Amino acid sequence: MFEYAPAPESRSVVDLKPSYGLFIDGTFVDPTDGGSFKSINPASEEVLAEIAEAGAQDVERAVRAARKAYDKVWGPMSGRDRAKYLYRIARLIQERSRELAVLESLDNGKPIRESRDVDLPLVAAHFFYYAGWADKLSHAGFGPNPRPIGVAAQVIPWNFPLLMLAWKIAPALAAGNTVVLKPAETTPLTALLFAEICQQADLPAGVVNIVTGAGDTGRALVEHTGVDKVAFTGSTEVGRAIARSVAGTSKKLTLELGGKAANIVFDDAPIDQAVEGIVNGIFFNQGHVCCAGSRLLVQENVADRVLESLKRRMAQLRVGDPLDKNTDVGAINSAAQLERIRELSDAGSAEGAERWSPPCELPERGFWFAPTIFTGVTQAHRIAREEIFGPVLSVLTFRTPAEAVEKANNTPYGLSAGIWTDKGSRILWMADRLRAGVVWANTFNKFDPTSPFGGYKESGYGREGGRHGLEGYLNV
Amino acid sequence: MTATTTSARSELSELGRSETALRTFLHGLPGVDQVGAEQRAAQLGTRSIKTTAKAQAIDLAIRMVDLTTLEGADTPGKVRALAAKALRPDPADPSCPHVGAVCVYPAMVPYVAEVLRGSAVHLASVATAFPSGQAPLEIKLADTRAAVAAGADEIDMVINRGAFLAGRYKEVYDEIVATKEASGDAHLKVILETGELATYDNVRRASWLAMLAGGDFIKTSTGKVPVAATLPVTLVMLEAVRDFRAATGRQVGVKPAGGIKTTKDAIKYLVMVNETVGPDWLDPDWFRFGASSLLNDLLMQRTKLTTGTYSGPDYFTLD
Repeated sequence: MFEYAPAPESRSVVDLKPSYGLFIDGTFVDPTDGGSFKSINPASEEVLAEIAEAGAQDVERAVRAARKAYDKVWGPMSGRDRAKYLYRIARLIQERSRELAVLESLDNGKPIRESRDVDLPLVAAHFFYYAGWADKLSHAGFGPNPRPIGVAAQVIPWNFPLLMLAWKIAPALAAGNTVVLKPAETTPLTALLFAEICQQADLPAGVVNIVTGAGDTGRALVEHTGVDKVAFTGSTEVGRAIARSVAGTSKKLTLELGGKAANIVFDDAPIDQAVEGIVNGIFFNQGHVCCAGSRLLVQENVADRVLESLKRRMAQLRVGDPLDKNTDVGAINSAAQLERIRELSDAGSAEGAERWSPPCELPERGFWFAPTIFTGVTQAHRIAREEIFGPVLSVLTFRTPAEAVEKANNTPYGLSAGIWTDKGSRILWMADRLRAGVVWANTFNKFDPTSPFGGYKESGYGREGGRHGLEGYLNV
Repeated sequence: MTATTTSARSELSELGRSETALRTFLHGLPGVDQVGAEQRAAQLGTRSIKTTAKAQAIDLAIRMVDLTTLEGADTPGKVRALAAKALRPDPADPSCPHVGAVCVYPAMVPYVAEVLRGSAVHLASVATAFPSGQAPLEIKLADTRAAVAAGADEIDMVINRGAFLAGRYKEVYDEIVATKEASGDAHLKVILETGELATYDNVRRASWLAMLAGGDFIKTSTGKVPVAATLPVTLVMLEAVRDFRAATGRQVGVKPAGGIKTTKDAIKYLVMVNETVGPDWLDPDWFRFGASSLLNDLLMQRTKLTTGTYSGPDYFTLD
């Protein structure tokens, strides 16, 4: 046997403070009413730091700082000068990427391989990409000299903390807006390190403000009357509440919500690569991915073969210490999320689907869930309809391309889909009919700053990334 | 072996009787997506193999080396020196394992055989008008028989790429069957020359063709064309031997050859073997590296791990 010795990435590259304040108007400040909460490492349940909890007054301060910066500095500044700051931030992110990656893995539980090889390169790429647009907005297809909106309230999830921050902040700033961003309460640390990077880049005070806290803080922020734009990524349930609260105001809104993506494998697919794509589709980031390929639709005549390969491949997944460079699947982000994954998985078993996980030893402390697949799933099962947001795959079969389309679209969501076939014409035929914002062909979970991303139906509206991503931050 | 694999095996052995059956079978194999295969290979290359795992991997890699010289300038003196090195790669350290085999041209086999006699190091000879294979079949078979008669217990043959690319699969198949027969008890490694086959679909088909025809090993390259072994090509071949064993119960070895020069490269291959086909193949009987300069890098890294310091290249023998 060839056992890989532990290969832990060093924690010492991260300089964690015992406590963090709110980042408002260019400095770290204490919250007005002194509330705080703890951010823990989900792989060990160890407390990482004490985080300030922003109340309504703190949100008020932050929005006011953002307004002032918009009126006095950032709004009037030329696109070329805004670009200089964004490029500077992008470079600092690259320089400090190891530190950011380790911190992301500590706070989120995702494997260092992912934060190092996927998250951080994409974060930097996003800032570089939108820095390039800052002085070219007249050529973005929104008419001559499009104007920014003003102050953007941005609320982001815990699954890709720094990447979602980049998706929100980079286009907003490039277009000339200022922002108040609230990171998720379980993963605030990289956003706070990003605040330090803003200071290091000499970004004018108030252009970026970070307020930490839970749902109440988020509500105070999106409902604040001084906000011109709301951008939210997270659950469909919260997204609905935000849409209700914004309705009837002049605030612009973009929402990126849940998904229940179909990953469709035809009998002429390159099986070995399709299996890699299935694994990447659902086990990447512990399945904490809104566009995860959580429903595998496999053509019935190759189902046995695909499942056999999939199980063999799943047995190779290395679950454990997120900081070990050889870990493939890390920790579930929180006790609450673990509970939800367990509840839905138990419902899957109770409703008669067959559950399978490879033999794998899970650590005793922390939040863990073994990679799991359910076979014999039908469209009527809860695990085929509800977003699990964990490493749990539901396997369904189909007979014809038309049936595949029908089943893939038979969900209230419409964020992404995957098609695996060697036939190019079928890819195009399917992509025309799938009601999903992103359709991947012979790949899955591929992201690029130049490519727009967003959903149909209950997966939200608006696009992030690419030229299209500017639209949500311009007065057009 | 289960009843299913027995019947599958006999069905597969019938394929070689007809050009149509062979073509239908080979073209019915699942395709390989180039981007996906290369991405998977690159991902496996990011594994971090340190300390005890690295020491274990280095010793295994040394045991898997087919120490090779295939030059027009090879002489009895040159190949004897190489054979001596194969037996004791690191004269300063008796705990260092010997390599898997020495690989030479047929004319050099007798000189190597003298040195290796009585040892566990195998003697491989290239044959069948290596490296191009562009000779009449009778000559290729005579080449093979001569190598075996001179003492080779492993034959590295080349497939007829011209016939393969022209779609004459049966001709390729028949040549491999004939060479296998001419090899007698010697192990037959079938060189696909993947650099000339160009696509991964072709690599998968050629792998199956070689296995169906009775090859004991499939090998990537001669080392004589610009593109030799790569990680993605080896991945596709490993998937082929894995699927072939699942279908027939017979295990076939894999040998990437050419261009593997560093310990880091070798470890990437071992990780790929481990995670694609599993520990059954992590043995010199089932996986080999066709290489020459790789051995000294492995020895240097081995010394570094045991002593904690790097020695200069002058401390390792050049042969």
